[in-house]
Amino acid sequence: MLEIKDLRASVEGKEILKGVNLTVRPGEVHAIMGPNGSGKSTLSAVLTGNPAYTVTGGQVTFGGKDLLALSPEDRAHEGLFLSFQYPVEIPGVSMVNFMRAAVNEKRKYQGLEPMSASDFLKLMREKRAVVQLDNKLASRAVNEGFSGGEKKRNEIFQMAMLEPRLSILDETDSGLDIDALRIVASGVNTLKNRDNATIVITHYQRLLDYIKPDFVHILYKGRIVMSAGPELALELEEKGYDWVKDSMDN
Amino acid sequence: MTDNQQFIAQAANEEYKYGFVTDVDTHVLPKGLNEDVIREISRLKQEPQWLLDFRLKAFAHWRTLEQPSWGQLKLPPIDYQAISYYAAPKKKTDGNTGEMDPELVKTFDKLGIPLEERMALSGMAVDAIMDSVSVRTTYSERLAELGVIFCPISEAVRDYPDLVRRYLGRVVPYTDNFFAALNSAVFSDGSFVYIPKGVRCPMELSSYFRINAAQTGQFERTLIVADDDSYVSYLEGCTAPMRDENQLHAAIVEIVVEDRAEVKYSTVQNWYPGDKDGNGGIYNLVTKRGLCRGDHSKLSWTQVETGSAVTWKYPSCVLAGDYSVGEFYSVALTRNYQQADTGTKMIHLGRNSTSTIVSKGISAGHSQNSYRGLVKIAPKATGCRNYTQCDSLLLSDTSGAHTFPVIEVDNDSSVVEHEATTSKINEEQIFYCNQRGIPTEDAVGLIVNGYAKEVMQKLPMEFAVEAQKLLSVSLEGSVG
Repeated sequence: MLEIKDLRASVEGKEILKGVNLTVRPGEVHAIMGPNGSGKSTLSAVLTGNPAYTVTGGQVTFGGKDLLALSPEDRAHEGLFLSFQYPVEIPGVSMVNFMRAAVNEKRKYQGLEPMSASDFLKLMREKRAVVQLDNKLASRAVNEGFSGGEKKRNEIFQMAMLEPRLSILDETDSGLDIDALRIVASGVNTLKNRDNATIVITHYQRLLDYIKPDFVHILYKGRIVMSAGPELALELEEKGYDWVKDSMDN
Repeated sequence: MTDNQQFIAQAANEEYKYGFVTDVDTHVLPKGLNEDVIREISRLKQEPQWLLDFRLKAFAHWRTLEQPSWGQLKLPPIDYQAISYYAAPKKKTDGNTGEMDPELVKTFDKLGIPLEERMALSGMAVDAIMDSVSVRTTYSERLAELGVIFCPISEAVRDYPDLVRRYLGRVVPYTDNFFAALNSAVFSDGSFVYIPKGVRCPMELSSYFRINAAQTGQFERTLIVADDDSYVSYLEGCTAPMRDENQLHAAIVEIVVEDRAEVKYSTVQNWYPGDKDGNGGIYNLVTKRGLCRGDHSKLSWTQVETGSAVTWKYPSCVLAGDYSVGEFYSVALTRNYQQADTGTKMIHLGRNSTSTIVSKGISAGHSQNSYRGLVKIAPKATGCRNYTQCDSLLLSDTSGAHTFPVIEVDNDSSVVEHEATTSKINEEQIFYCNQRGIPTEDAVGLIVNGYAKEVMQKLPMEFAVEAQKLLSVSLEGSVG
């Protein structure tokens, strides 16, 4: 589904990703861990086409298409979704309007007619339940005045609405208390199926207790330096990132 | 909320779509301005002597004035002798059948203005004004049953001379300013509204102003009187053909609000703004003012300004009545080389009067957008309140946003608040939309409409949708 080959990228002239390789197949959950500044968030930004980052080398194919040649919105239409680490507030724009635009843009891309208002509201109701987002939040402006936990739940709600093939959860656990973490994780697990895949970017093992990865990768200084099964996350939790640093830098 | 997105998506690909010219036989006075021209306008309109005298006094006063230059505007000197001051479609109606000239009907159809009453499902009464004259007013008869007068001001002068004479020039005297003096001398048509005591006008009243003829100015004059305990909501829309030369629009709107009466005045201003290099477009130099004369009276101005090469306009409230209320909600969007200097004045004379100002400026391209406001609280106007919020959003590095607020409070029992923000459109917001599959242009439309929402909500429904569309259309290609 996703194949990243020797991906290099920089921001403001500074190279952050220095040759990342990763293959993700349908049905898989990959965790990407790593110390601060290793390039985790840069990877998600580059994959989704954030214009602040420049790709300086490598290839990425997604569903057989050259991902890097697509605009950010077409990447979304192809089924790539990012749950933002810091979801953005858009004052005055209601969640309903925002999601309706998003859903109908995707339908347009697929050659479908816009969804009727009643079907759309039905879909909203159904998907809200996935993350226990109440109606009041859905009728407020996008992320405006939401608490940290509400913002993250709102991200997973949007994921449920858009039914992506590949979701990247960027530090979705940061700033969440244990109850919110459970709700978010159970939402993600509900949405999981044989045909879609998830990349979980996280600093801590904690989230992986709830979202079980098939593979764990450690990103360090812009490269994936270790890949293994879920046991790697536990080992990392025990030994700390210094273990990675020591074994890589010496 | 239902179809906004669709409208915005459709609209994002449109340019100024009202730029066409109607081919009608038009009676145009020769260019130039002198007493004879004024006498001729007055004669064509078969006016009484008192009105001709009013015009001539205004003209004499205008000659002593100079075009004001205090605005944050580059307004080239206007050659007032190179403009024609009166243009009228020759046949408004077919002499035999009494039907309206089909060309005129077509024009207003194209503009989306329903003039056929049987087609007017919107339930809105319309006064349609092309160049210098009113071509059609709908629903007048139905309104008359309630005692509501809604007609061209030239007809009002003929049919209700006492009313017009009592109020004309009372709120905006011809001595007020240069453009007000000019308008008072040469004004041609406009709407007259009178809502009798205790009547709640059952439908929106609307004027639609259309400039069609070349090298003419439009000088309309609107007078609205809301008698005790009455209510009216009034809408104003405007468009003009695309032309290379600048055209002058110098209007006056006067409103009188009596005891416990309320007037809502909404404008969607979409005069031709000129091309992308700043050639052509309308000079929109307008004096709008309301007098809240009665106790507990209320006047609310809402404007969405997207058109005109130059806008110079300050819809104001004189809050003379105790407990009177003034409101001003404005969105002004400028792009390319447009210039807007707009805002309001809230003059508190009555005790415990309150006012609210919410101004949202949006500047794109090389445009300049200024808010200019005055909040004045007189010594005897105790217990007054004003709240002002003045926001600017910049969409480009080459545009300018300016604010010139003046606050004068002459007693110590009144409270005045002023908040202001300036922000740039946020790349992160746009990327967030992109990531959800919304292309940049639609994202900007969404974000800007969200920014302006507080004001847009104040518009009547039909107008709100139109205005949202307009904001998005006007923004096309404006980000950078």
